[in-house]
This record gives sequence, C-alpha cells and structure tokens, in this order.
Amino acid sequence: MGLDMGSVSTKAAVLEDSRIVGYAILPTGFSPQDSGRSAIIEACRRAGISPKDVVYIVATGYGRINAPFANSRVTEITCHGKGAFYMNNCARTVIDVGGQDSKVISINEKGRVVDFQMNDRCAAGTGRFLEVMMKTLGMNYEEMSHAAINSENPSKISNMCTVFAESEVITLLAKGESRGNIAAGLCNSIAERIATMVKRIGLKEEVIMTGGVAKNRGVVKLLENKLNTKILVPEEPQIIGALGAALEAREAILEIKQNQFIN
Amino acid sequence: METDYRKMWEDLGINMKKHDQLLAALPLVYQDIYLTQKNRPKAMEYYDFVISGVHGIRVKELLDAKEDGKKVVAYFCLYVPEELVIASNAVLVGLCGGSNFVDQEAEEVLPRNICPLIKASYGFKAARICPYFQAADICVGETTCDGKKKMYELLNELCPTYTVEVPQKPDTEQARELFYKEIMTLKSKLEELTGHKITVQDLKKSIEIVNAKREVLDKLISTRKAVPPPISGKDSLLVSQIAFYDDPQRFTQKTAELVEELQERIKNKVGVVDANAPRIMVSGCPMAIPNWKLHNIVESSGAVIVVEESCVGTRYTSMGKINNSANTVEGLVKAISDAYLNIHCSCFTPNTGRIEDNVRLAKEFKVDGVIHYTLQTCHGYNIEAAKVEKALKEINVPMLRIETDYSTEDVGQITTRVEAFLEMLKK
Repeated sequence: MGLDMGSVSTKAAVLEDSRIVGYAILPTGFSPQDSGRSAIIEACRRAGISPKDVVYIVATGYGRINAPFANSRVTEITCHGKGAFYMNNCARTVIDVGGQDSKVISINEKGRVVDFQMNDRCAAGTGRFLEVMMKTLGMNYEEMSHAAINSENPSKISNMCTVFAESEVITLLAKGESRGNIAAGLCNSIAERIATMVKRIGLKEEVIMTGGVAKNRGVVKLLENKLNTKILVPEEPQIIGALGAALEAREAILEIKQNQFIN
Repeated sequence: METDYRKMWEDLGINMKKHDQLLAALPLVYQDIYLTQKNRPKAMEYYDFVISGVHGIRVKELLDAKEDGKKVVAYFCLYVPEELVIASNAVLVGLCGGSNFVDQEAEEVLPRNICPLIKASYGFKAARICPYFQAADICVGETTCDGKKKMYELLNELCPTYTVEVPQKPDTEQARELFYKEIMTLKSKLEELTGHKITVQDLKKSIEIVNAKREVLDKLISTRKAVPPPISGKDSLLVSQIAFYDDPQRFTQKTAELVEELQERIKNKVGVVDANAPRIMVSGCPMAIPNWKLHNIVESSGAVIVVEESCVGTRYTSMGKINNSANTVEGLVKAISDAYLNIHCSCFTPNTGRIEDNVRLAKEFKVDGVIHYTLQTCHGYNIEAAKVEKALKEINVPMLRIETDYSTEDVGQITTRVEAFLEMLKK
C-alpha cells in the first residue's frame, strides 16, 4: 500500500501483485496522522480487504515523517516518477502540480528519476494559487476550467505573486472585466510558470501530468500549447503519488523475500 | 563556565540580555547536531571545547593580547592575507555571520532581501552581541561582492572598517599589479595601527605559520578521500570554521593530532558511515559559524559529505604553500598577493578555475553527487551554478541546487529535495 500524505489531501492506493484494487482520496485537515489512518481504512474497504491484510506500507508526501504506521518512507519525487511510469511506460517527463508545490520530474526508460525541479517555497504555480483565485472570482473548478478553454480574450495578469495577483484580480473585476476572461488569464499564468519549469529541465516526450491541478482541463490545454506537445492525464491524476508509493512497497517486499531466499 | 565572563562582556559593551538568549540556545543546537554523532574522532574534543567557550576563552586571549599592546584585526573573507596581519604583530580574528538571530537589528538599516551572511555580519555588530566584534580595533573588508562592499560602508559607522580592493579579472597582469598595491597599502595601514614596522623576518615567519595551517587543513580534507571517510562532513566543516579565528599555531598543532588519528582510522578501515553510504560534495557559498544546516540535513539522511568546494573547505587552502624565499618586503608581499589571487571565488570573471576544481574534486573524492549550495540572493554563485552543473554532467555526476538562508522554515522542503536526490543516486 502506498500512502501519499499531502498538504491538502491524503491519498491511499492498494496493490495486489501489480494491480490497483482500491484507492481513497480524503482531505488532510489538521491531523495528517488521522487522515493517513482514515485513508488506509477507506482504501482497504474499497478493495474489499481488511487493513490487517496489508503487508507493507510506504508513506510519501510532506506528512511522511509523521507516519508511525508506515514501514518506510520514500519522497514524492521518486513516487510520482514510478507511478507515472506505471501508467505509461513511454512517459519521460512528469509534471506534478499539487496543493502546495509543483514539480517536474525527468524519468528514464526504466522509470527511474534522473533529474527534477521543484517549486515548494512559493504558492504561485500551485493549486493554492487557483484556490485563492476561485474564491475571489466566486467560481468553482469546473467553471474556471471551462472559462480557460472558451475565453476569447484572456486578461493579462502581470503579477507573479499569489497575494498580489489577487489584488490585481479584484481591480480587474472593479473595472468590469468579465470573470471568464480573468479566469482564463489566471489559468494562463499558472500554465506559464509550469512551462518555464519544464523548459528549465528540458522537455522529453512523452509528457504526463499528475496532481489535483491536472483535473483543470483548461490549464492542461494551455500547457500543451505552450510546450507544443500532447499531455497525458491519467483518469485519477491525484493518486499517482500513492500508486508510486505502493509500487515501492511491492519492491520492498520482493527484496525482503529475495534476501530471505538467499539466507 | 560562561558566568566567569559576564564582567568581561559587560566591559566590552555587550547587550547582555540578547547575548544571554544567544548563549542559551547554542549548546542545545550543538548537542543536537554534533554530539549525537556516532563514532567521532577523539581529537574532536578540542573543537567541542572551543565551541563550548566560544565567547569566553578566545575572547579573553584577545583581550590579554590587547593588554600586551597588540591590536585585534577582524575580518570576514579569505582575501585578507592572514600573513600580513600576523607580521604586523596583530591578532587576526574571523567574524561569523552564520545565524539569523540578529536579522531584526540588521533590517533597521539594511534591506530585507539580501544575502543572509551579509545581513548577519552587520547585525552582530549592530546588536552588540559579538565580543570579537566589540574587541576589534579595526575591521578589514574587501570588494568581493556588491552587497558586502556597500555593507562595509555602513559597518564603518559602527566599527572602523578598511576595505581592500580585489580585482575582477585575476588572470591579468593588471590584476596582479592592482592587488599587490592594495596589499602594500594594507600593510601600511596595519603598520599605522600597530605602530610596528613590518620586516622581512616578520613576513618570512608569518608565511611559515600560515603555510603550516593550510598544510594541515589540506591533509585533514584529504583524509576524507578514504572509503568510508574517517570523519563526518559536519566535523570537518567545524574544524574549517574554527580555522578562521583560533590561534593559528595552536590550531595547527591540534589539527595535526586530529589528522594523525584519522590516518590511523584509515589504516584500520574505520569510518563514520558504511562504505556504501552516498558520498556528497557540497559546492558554493561559504558557511559561517553556526551555519550547519545543510550538512546536518544531508548527513541525517544517510549520506556523508566528503569535501566542500567552499571558503570553509578547499578554497581556504587554495593559496597553496607560499614561497617565502624572497629577501625584500616587496618580494614577500608580491608572493602573498599573487598567491591569494588563486582563490576561485565567483566574484571573479571568468572563474574557470572553480569549474575545473569542481570536476577534479568530484573525481578525487569519488563523489556520487554534488549539492550546489548558495545563500539566498547570491547572484555570483547562483549564476555560476549553471556552468558547474554542465561540467559535472560531462563526467556523469548529478547535481542538486539548494538556495537557502539560515531559517528553519524550509528544512522540510530541503530535506525532501536531498532525500529525492539520494534516492536518485541509488544504484
């Protein structure tokens, strides 16, 4: 089992051999440990097994340092690389945009990480940016995504900083700018930041996008335009980290069995 | 222990309340980072002792020297030749700047968004909590980076500060000429301060003293080529940091003892980690006491730092063994000024020497990966990182960039990056 303890949501994925048999996504709240336990229980329930049946748990994400129920810890970089490779073994660039950080991971033909870039000290270019803006515009995710695709005249948002961009949005609204255009401009901003990160590391096809923000089709489409490439988004982009952690757990079990055999 | 020194600090004009806070925090930090290490060389006891009395015993030595009529010269950066200060019969003491404890005081005058080392260097004086600073008769600065250059102007209002000009293009004849003249001017300044005319004998002797210190530090760093290394990166870093302000001859003696113990360890294949622990080189900006942040994160994640391409590492000894065979003051000063231009700091252009150093060291120390460490906002090293990365890529050595300050806020984020890097390095 893999447990991805993120800042905004906690995800768990159960593997039997190499098949995903169940997963869960829960909000993290103020106790990552509690959310971790709940996610494990829920994922097991959906898999039709008992938590006692779980042989090995790998924890990832920022909450992994406080997961006493985990057998080992692996960073979310390695896990996202592994999870993405499992979904598509032609993937060489993984873009993960989560609640509080964004990263670009370069993987090789074996699914191993060869390089990575992270933005985890600034909210711009992360889910937090979109969350703040959704509140300011009074739009939900779907509406924002829809606007990003359909706007004829996206506003130009000049501010890089989430806090200052929010002020800019309020100013635009006061001037009578349409919510749809502003939403499109914001999605463009975030896509721009992500595209810069990808170019820094060097784009290698094929590209796969994971994390909650991948659900925003508007951002994905804008990214595809900027990078001039097709971006694959898995059906459930949020659980790729947990999936990768589960794959790490599977490898750990195999290694233990191998060592037992040798001894 | 420290209570014996209260009167001494009061007499130095130390802000006792704030100073007490600093002294209360340090032992806990040191215990956590240093004293929990397993299998430390016994000779590290001397350096632990130095830190335990960091504001006491050495300061008393300086004040005793002042009673004897000597002057105390404080400095921040390697480009101030120690040989000259010793020759002038003054005591040279390196100032720290490795903590954000004095940010508030510094930010009353300096901008918030600058190098944490520059901010702290100024802040420790502005807040009056450094007895070394209080005891200093003069500060010698240098025109390495813009931030330091301008900070020295403001520092001069709190403590007399003399700034040495360092050339920008060190490989030219003009540069060597300029730096020679600057060091000759520094010599006059020191003679004026101390009332002691520097002689050929003074310089021959001081060159010998500092050569010996550099030689022993070189040997210390070289012991870490062993697989596994006999000493941790944290411990070696500490020794390099203390080199800046301890009495040079005592330091040389004590470090020679440490090197002997380490060479014995190497013979018996005793290391501080497993032979297969990832070997990391840290390259970039210096780490002043008590900045142990990155080393602690890396070595707590199961890796070992085997070399620092830094002012608190290989750059400290890059002047090499200075030839003191000349028989004129001018000749000896020229030997010194030429040697000091061998320090490959990013304030120089082009700085190809540093790129080559990184490649060479990565090979010599059998490094698995390099962490390029920069202090926040450091333009020089941040920009040069691109060249270092490219050169290391050509020899298949991966590099991770960490740009940070002294705060504990980003320890989690840095840990994740370091751990991910180490996971990447696993065969």
